[in-house]
Amino acid sequence: MNVNQHTPMASPYGQPQPGYGQPGYAPLDGGYPAPYAPYNGPSSAYQPGAPPQGPARGPPTSGAPPISAPQPYNQYSQGDMQNGPPPMTQAPPRPAASQLYNQGAVNLSGPQPSYPQNYGPQPSMQQVTSQMTGMQITSGAPTPTGPGYAPPRSSQHPASTAYSAAPPPSYTQAPPPASSAPTQPPPPSGPAASQQYYGGPPPPSQQPFNSSLPPTSQRQFPSPGLPPSSSQQTFPPSSYSGPPPFSSAPPPPPPSQPHPYQSGPPPIRTQMPPTSMAQSNHLPPGPQGPQCPPGPMQQPPSQPGMQGGYPPQQNGAFGQGRGPQPGYAGPYPGQPNYGAPAPAPAPGPPAQKRLDPDAIPSPIQVIEDDRAKCTEPFNTGVRGQVPPLVTTNFQAKDQGNASPRFVRCTAYNVPCTADMAKQSQVPLAAVIKPLATLPPDETPPYLVDHGEAGPVRCNRCKAYMCPYMQFIEGGRRFQCGFCSCVTEVPPHYFQHLDHTGKRVDCYDRPELSLGSYEFVATVDYCKNNKIPQPPAFIFLIDVSYNAVKSGMVNIVCQELKTLLDYLPRENPEMDSVVRVGFVTYNKVLHFYNVKASLAQPQMLVVSDVSDMFVPLLDGFLVNVNESRLVIESLLDQIPEMFADTRETETVFGPVIQAGLEALKAADCSGKLFVFHTSLPIAEAPGKLKNREDKKLVGTDKEKSLFQPQVGFYNTLAKECVAQGCCVDLFLFPNQYVDVATLGVVPVSTGGSIYKYTYFQAQSDTERFLNDLRRDIQKLVGFDAVMRVRTSTGIRATDFFGSFFMSNTTDVELAGLDCDKAITVEFKHDDKLSEETGALMQCAVLYTSCSGQRRLRVHNMAVNCCSQLADLYRNCETDTIINFFSKYAFRGLLNNPTKAVRDTLINQCAQILACYRKNCASPSSAGQLILPECMKLLPVYLNCVLKSDVLMPGADVSLDDRAYLRQLISGMDVTESHIFFYPRLLPLTKLESGSLPMAVRDSEERLSKGGVYLLETGLHLFLWVGASVQQELLLNIFGTQSFSQIDPSLTSLPVLDNPFSQRLRDIIESFRAQRSRYMKLMVVKQEDKAELIFRHFLVEDKSVSGGASYVDFLCHMHKEIRQLLS
Amino acid sequence: MATYQEFIQQNEDRDGVRFSWNLWPSSRLEATRLVVPVSCLFTPLKERPDLPPVQYEPVLCSRANCKAVLNPLCQVDFRAKIWACNFCFQRNPFPPSYAGISEVNQPAELMPQFSTIEYIVQRGPTPPLIFLYVVDTCLEEEDLQALKESLQMSLSLLPPNALVGLITFGRMVQVHELSCEGIAKSYVFRGTKDLSSKQIQVGGDKGRPPQPENAGVFVFITRFLQPVHRVDMNLTDLLGELQRDPWPVPQGKRPLRSTGVALSVAVGLLEGTFPNTGARVMLFIGGPPTQGPGMVVGDELKTPIRSWHDIQKDNARHLKKATKYYEAMANRSAVNGHCIDIYACALDQTGLLEMKCLSNLTGGHIVMGDSFNTSLFKQTFQRVFSKDYNGDFRMAFGGVLEVKTSREVKVCGTIGPCVSLNAKGSCVSENEMGIGGTSQWKVCGINPSTTLALYFEVVNQHNAPVPQGGRGVIQFVTQYQHSNTQRRIRVTTIARNWADAQSQIQHIESSFDQEASAVLMARLGVFRAESEEGPDVLRWLDRQLIRLFMFHLRRSPFLQVFNNSPDESSYYRHHFVRQDLTQSLIMIQPILYSYSFHGPPEPVLLDSSSILPDRILLMDTFFQLVIYHGETIAQWRKAGYQEMAEYENFKQLLLAPLDDAQEILQTRFPMPRYIDTEHGGSQARFLLSKVNPSQTHNNLYAWGQVLRGAPILTDDVSLQVFMDHLKKLAVSSSA
Repeated sequence: MNVNQHTPMASPYGQPQPGYGQPGYAPLDGGYPAPYAPYNGPSSAYQPGAPPQGPARGPPTSGAPPISAPQPYNQYSQGDMQNGPPPMTQAPPRPAASQLYNQGAVNLSGPQPSYPQNYGPQPSMQQVTSQMTGMQITSGAPTPTGPGYAPPRSSQHPASTAYSAAPPPSYTQAPPPASSAPTQPPPPSGPAASQQYYGGPPPPSQQPFNSSLPPTSQRQFPSPGLPPSSSQQTFPPSSYSGPPPFSSAPPPPPPSQPHPYQSGPPPIRTQMPPTSMAQSNHLPPGPQGPQCPPGPMQQPPSQPGMQGGYPPQQNGAFGQGRGPQPGYAGPYPGQPNYGAPAPAPAPGPPAQKRLDPDAIPSPIQVIEDDRAKCTEPFNTGVRGQVPPLVTTNFQAKDQGNASPRFVRCTAYNVPCTADMAKQSQVPLAAVIKPLATLPPDETPPYLVDHGEAGPVRCNRCKAYMCPYMQFIEGGRRFQCGFCSCVTEVPPHYFQHLDHTGKRVDCYDRPELSLGSYEFVATVDYCKNNKIPQPPAFIFLIDVSYNAVKSGMVNIVCQELKTLLDYLPRENPEMDSVVRVGFVTYNKVLHFYNVKASLAQPQMLVVSDVSDMFVPLLDGFLVNVNESRLVIESLLDQIPEMFADTRETETVFGPVIQAGLEALKAADCSGKLFVFHTSLPIAEAPGKLKNREDKKLVGTDKEKSLFQPQVGFYNTLAKECVAQGCCVDLFLFPNQYVDVATLGVVPVSTGGSIYKYTYFQAQSDTERFLNDLRRDIQKLVGFDAVMRVRTSTGIRATDFFGSFFMSNTTDVELAGLDCDKAITVEFKHDDKLSEETGALMQCAVLYTSCSGQRRLRVHNMAVNCCSQLADLYRNCETDTIINFFSKYAFRGLLNNPTKAVRDTLINQCAQILACYRKNCASPSSAGQLILPECMKLLPVYLNCVLKSDVLMPGADVSLDDRAYLRQLISGMDVTESHIFFYPRLLPLTKLESGSLPMAVRDSEERLSKGGVYLLETGLHLFLWVGASVQQELLLNIFGTQSFSQIDPSLTSLPVLDNPFSQRLRDIIESFRAQRSRYMKLMVVKQEDKAELIFRHFLVEDKSVSGGASYVDFLCHMHKEIRQLLS
Repeated sequence: MATYQEFIQQNEDRDGVRFSWNLWPSSRLEATRLVVPVSCLFTPLKERPDLPPVQYEPVLCSRANCKAVLNPLCQVDFRAKIWACNFCFQRNPFPPSYAGISEVNQPAELMPQFSTIEYIVQRGPTPPLIFLYVVDTCLEEEDLQALKESLQMSLSLLPPNALVGLITFGRMVQVHELSCEGIAKSYVFRGTKDLSSKQIQVGGDKGRPPQPENAGVFVFITRFLQPVHRVDMNLTDLLGELQRDPWPVPQGKRPLRSTGVALSVAVGLLEGTFPNTGARVMLFIGGPPTQGPGMVVGDELKTPIRSWHDIQKDNARHLKKATKYYEAMANRSAVNGHCIDIYACALDQTGLLEMKCLSNLTGGHIVMGDSFNTSLFKQTFQRVFSKDYNGDFRMAFGGVLEVKTSREVKVCGTIGPCVSLNAKGSCVSENEMGIGGTSQWKVCGINPSTTLALYFEVVNQHNAPVPQGGRGVIQFVTQYQHSNTQRRIRVTTIARNWADAQSQIQHIESSFDQEASAVLMARLGVFRAESEEGPDVLRWLDRQLIRLFMFHLRRSPFLQVFNNSPDESSYYRHHFVRQDLTQSLIMIQPILYSYSFHGPPEPVLLDSSSILPDRILLMDTFFQLVIYHGETIAQWRKAGYQEMAEYENFKQLLLAPLDDAQEILQTRFPMPRYIDTEHGGSQARFLLSKVNPSQTHNNLYAWGQVLRGAPILTDDVSLQVFMDHLKKLAVSSSA
């Protein structure tokens, strides 16, 4: 549907080419007609990006933009820049936000500081708007955008207004280009269209966007401070813009602008919507049109020409970005939706004063659009194709490239040159999840055996046989796609070629036709050239006072009795070959001899923890079935034995050492499950002191809190990795345990950390046991080494995740399970060619849980582009965010938090600025133009910036931050996405078969009368509105009144009604999707617990000072403008 | 008056004392000229079935630095109820409880026949005996099995209230907790790391709060030592489940054996829980310590364990370190009054040379055998727990021997299984012989046959003669913990007359106790041999008085290390310095009995000429018991004549030495190696190496002698040659 429409976009491309790398496109189209086609749809959306053609667009925009954009934008951009002062006024309202931003603001003008004050007074102005407008005006160029925006805002009902506003302008403008593309308008126009095409719809969207955005930014800031007066408040943000300069400026602008401002605000919103609309292009026109009028009118005048040009592009960008919204319009009664949501929050009043949240790109919309778009299986055969979003359910078909479930890239069109890459600042990275579990309808990688000689590889770069190898000389040799070296085909592997140069057996051999497959590794690939022993699991249980008292010991022992029957195995028919061993400890260690021949287990105590060793060999690691009775007896007795313990001190380093030594003694790899409660203060290697010092938070020394306290664990981790000893840590702390230090070994060995703060048997058992079960049962590989090979010209330079590296190329993972992802960053070291594209082969050598040595190979090819627009059109924001978060969180180890945050904001601004500068058609600086693919970048980035790790609230412990920091490092895109932007489902109506559509993470979206389910990947909340319908209460809780709901519920009562049934099913299915069990928390509105819940409403301003989405967007805009100016 | 022979015998029977001289030269000068010093062999706990202990405390001299015990030699004023100390001449009033004494009503300690008397002292609660088994698990399956059985058996021999503990070791050291039910617990220590005594922390029953500075190792001792009656089932099972050390021993390596750490843990354990309480650490080893502190040899089989040759060449790299380590341990143990036994059963050396001090300083036993699966070990071990006529164990603990002398004599030192307590005093000579410089010694493990050699010095100056009829007095006060846990004090007071060497030299000569002197001198020799180079000791010995037996002593394993490993030498010396006189003599000059149809068994010369075809020989060297069938006898036996009724007499002849040997076997501790061999048998070497090589391959046909006896293949000189040479020397030296 949309797609089709988009397709047209493709044609638009053609147009864009003029301005853009049209040429590039053209070829592309030709090259990948098929694949593209479908995509084109989306791309069309992108095309907005294409707008570069600026010129063409220029006209249209000018027309349209003026109207909508002018006001909002102008205000903004101008306001900030020129009006400086006015912004100030705004500043006051939003102190907190402003501060954060201020930095950004600072850039604008040192003056800012003064601003606030100045503002104070000035604020009175319709400030924001006025300033904005004023600014815009001044900016002139921007105005157009501004205008464009403005109008939308005026409309207030963002979407609609925006649209209305936008469309017209765009149209007007569009016409010109349109003329060229006119035909295209519908389908073809799409590409070039964005502008021309847009002429009709798109342009407007763009414009609106631009305008809207800017305003937003301003407003956002303000809004935080004072919602109603938002407009004014918004200014505060402007405060960043050097107050002083502004101060002076403001006065002038305001006056003139005031009006526009007022008008502006509304337009802004409208703009926003328009943008979205724009994307949808199709629909937007209609709805928007109406709304727009007001705003556009005002602004348009100001900077028609200029803006016109820009806006379209921007809009395009935006619009498309918001595409969703447009999408709405189309598929969903976009407008209606809009109308609904928007109005609900605070349509009328806010409209003018603040940026309408509905007018800015909506993650939900994007997600829904992508879902709607994805109707067919995703084929990986086409190079450079962006896969569906992680939130979309789709089936992947491996046709020569790895499935997105294994590999996701930030960009599927890689710049040809390092300069381009540097210019764009778009990170080139791939998130690889080598052992990912596939849905049942997808085939797991085939196992290939190349016989005794081992897998066929390139002689020079050692890349494994893959579809990128080109067979030549009748099949006697092959040329490596990575290094171009020609290698003889071993006789046993020879096969004739068909007339196309393909091997005849191409489709019989997975390694020649698929993106992902496995080789059986020969003995040459084994450590010490010895076939590995089957791995072992060792359970190390803290039995100190706290552990016993909390019930943990008992629970673990009870559970293990049954869990041991579910050790990982490859063939479900067979018993697992994994052996098990048991250790308990407090400040001494107790090993257990559970040899099958014993009548009773034997306990061996090692009290000399300073130099750990394993006291027994035979009988420590045993086969579960053979020693079942002894093991059960042991697990029964452990809780008894330590029931009266008074030992409160524990050790930790020696515990891991013990497991490591045991594996060494058994000469196998394996996994340690450590159940630990407290800071290890007993005299032993790795002893820690309590260094929790909240005073350091926010200082330059904050980074030290993320660094391990002692070097001991780094050394230990290295040893563990060498042995293939993976460590999973289950923490049950009642106070500070220094996760930053304790986590070193798990993180370096590919293990996981699970943390159950204030563990209570009653309420946390379920979560813990489910985590434990899953952790024990999940498929895991050991003693793994991952190597990423790339074609000449590009190189894997950096790696993020839970692993250890002793050199710069080999990622060593003592353990690698199906939930672990590794993010790899690539850099150019030469030029790439558009013809060959960029190839990547990720090979993971590991020992399977049955003790077999294997090589898993994932191949990925992406396109190379010489036009920035292609890059921006083919990237994936979720993956970029995954990369950014990992990059930033690692940066915390060495840099002050503030620097890390600034770097993120900066890079993001540069990315967007580069787009704006190079890909969007010229428009007023006041216009915010986002690439379609990245229109959610600001909101997601804001979520990263607001995360507990980068911006801790007062109640966030250092342990939590360290925990989250380490947790992120192993996340794949799906997890990081939901982690940063939780899923919020309204539960008013539940239909079987489909989930209710999510709403945005903002308090405004919550209705007092409703019940909402919020999922973060780690937590699950059920929010109940204060005036919830009784029927819902009855259906869910079986109670009559709100007050009777027990907030300590961790699971919903099983009620015999379809609603309850369905809800519980949903919850279960959510849990099943995540690698960690999510405990359900019932949150009653206005209850204390709501604070926690609100923390996850990431579009809102957070208690800890995180900016709201709107504010942040404004800030972002300002940053971009600074870069551009 | 009886002969000296009788006198000596009587003294030995009553007091367990044999002096080299029974008349003492009255001045230092004269004493020095006698070469053999005034000295004695003293058996502190000599079994005296006829001596019932008295149930009160001894009466002590009130002078602070004297504290001698009231004895029959004291002058007593029954009227004034005063007695005069015969050492310091202090006049002491009797305590009130003695108010009723008179000439006719004397307390036992004043009666002459009670020159040795034993007091039972009631002081506080008496702690039970403690037995701590320290068991090597790096053994062959058979050996381990045999050892396990022996240990299980021993549980039934222990007094029910005795505390037992079990430590096993191999690559690791495991201290087994005996009290728990259900899961068998043990504490494991790495075998390579020396643990300071502090690291073995003690927690009582109440669980003393752990002390932070000892944070290293926490052990709650009481769980490890439990009364036998409570845990014997448990312990029997535990021993039954004991497995060989599971760690793989690669080709070409020795098993890793952490003897040093195991001992350290054992000593530390007892030190922490029961200092100054009788305890016995019984170490069972099947090979040398190969790792950690106290390691004697590396685990590479290609490096053999040190030999005398290596030691002389200074090639034994671990020797000094290990010796030092075990010495330190022995001293620690001795300070706490715990004794250490070593039961070493292996074909190769086990490091006794380095470890000997453990037993030598603490009065423990050393038993050396080829395997735990031999009767030698099994019976010897059983004999450790033998009981006396009263049903008490023949073992006592924590003995402290104090020597008090009258003014004319001072004590130079002691040679025996003891350590000095460094008690200086007026009766301590500056001239040290053996362990000197003190008047008190500690003998942690002591039994009725433990015999110490004590050396004295006459300090009286020549120009200040002893008054005629004066007597020198020596009092031995031995405090110890009886095996029934009572504290007892045994006091032996002896006196000898002074004699003027010039006027009464013939008297002095006649008072000479040749046997005692031989042993005493031999001990000195051995003591020196331990600390000096072999040849020097021989030269020293040669310079000293020489008698017949010295020939054998020179050839004995106590001084000659040729043909003996360092371990064997240590083992022989260990026993030599503690056995009583009779046994010592056997060690010096083995006894050879000859059985034939010609008459009853007769002792014959230990000479190759005694080896005749128609004789059966029984040789007792203390360590070995050899029955040797002459060539003819052996042929007869092979022919089976003993089975025929008409040759009953031959059967009798064959049985006679066996019976005699059995008798010896049953009493001797440690049980000797029993060898039944015949002419030409490989085991005959035991005999051949001992006899005087009067006939060798060198002189076989010399002097036109008719061949009689068996030639010995040796380059050693025969007694004849030795004597000839000696005579020559004697003449020349006197010249």
